[in-house]
Amino acid sequence: MPKVTFDEDLCKGCGLCVNACPKQIIEIKKDIINKKGHSPAGITDQSKCIACAFCATMCPDCVITVEK
Amino acid sequence: MVVFEKPHALCDVPLHYCPGCTHGIVHRLVAQAIDELGIEGDAIGVAPVGCAVMAYDYFSCDMVEAAHGRAPAVATGIKRALPDNIVFTYQGDGDLASIGMAETVHAATRNENITIIFINNAIYGMTGGQMAPTSLPGQVTQTSPYGRDVATAGFPIKVSELLAALDGPAYIQRVAVNNVKNVKQAQKAIKKAFENQIQGKGFSLIEVVSSCPTNWGMTPQQALDWVEEKMIPYYPLGVYKDKTSEEGEK
Repeated sequence: MPKVTFDEDLCKGCGLCVNACPKQIIEIKKDIINKKGHSPAGITDQSKCIACAFCATMCPDCVITVEK
Repeated sequence: MVVFEKPHALCDVPLHYCPGCTHGIVHRLVAQAIDELGIEGDAIGVAPVGCAVMAYDYFSCDMVEAAHGRAPAVATGIKRALPDNIVFTYQGDGDLASIGMAETVHAATRNENITIIFINNAIYGMTGGQMAPTSLPGQVTQTSPYGRDVATAGFPIKVSELLAALDGPAYIQRVAVNNVKNVKQAQKAIKKAFENQIQGKGFSLIEVVSSCPTNWGMTPQQALDWVEEKMIPYYPLGVYKDKTSEEGEK
């Protein structure tokens, strides 16, 4: 079962992972503000994830860990 | 099974770069290469002056901070004194292509056995977005508000083509980090540049076409699209020189 975890405190909300996701299941959580003052990215539907790690490949801040 | 996690050679600290800055991606690629080759204990990095000036806080290997532009000269000294260590520099375009051009060209022509990671984002990032030697013709920056005028400011310097014209360097490649495919290619290129040094093949430079969303005045995704539309046509990707392949010099 693919599992994607976001280290929300490191995320700067740049949104590159949102555009990289082929399943379009990542979004910026606009209702949350992290320690740095950014709205972090998060996954909306874990069950659709295929563990391609495209999000983590494009993430400049190593926020994302992908397991399967 | 872990498919992707932060490489060990990258310290567990937040990067200071702006949101969406591709420096973070290239830092990770360098750290991945160090991890994959198992050289964390032997690698010595040389940090530049520019946005990546604090790279010494981010890589877990030994790091040295060089004076502005002098990273290839510092790396030359370290490599000659400690030939068994793996020495790399990480430089931006203001550092390598402007003030450090002499050091870069001479290190290349001497075929020093070092690895250079060169970030080309067509602007001076740290100082607030002034025109760089690599800014595109017509590009609007703080110091070229009407666009870069080639009649007075000249044309951009194509570092990979320029160095590939020399007989010295062993390996010159230009890559980009604007999409997943290009990031994977950049990862291979950076790993090859380190392998070349381990095998004693000589000077390797990887030019990474990169973005600067803050100073370009774009969102991170718009900046990556601009890399695709404007920068890659001017700075074509590919291997410009390869003396390391079995067929000999290309």
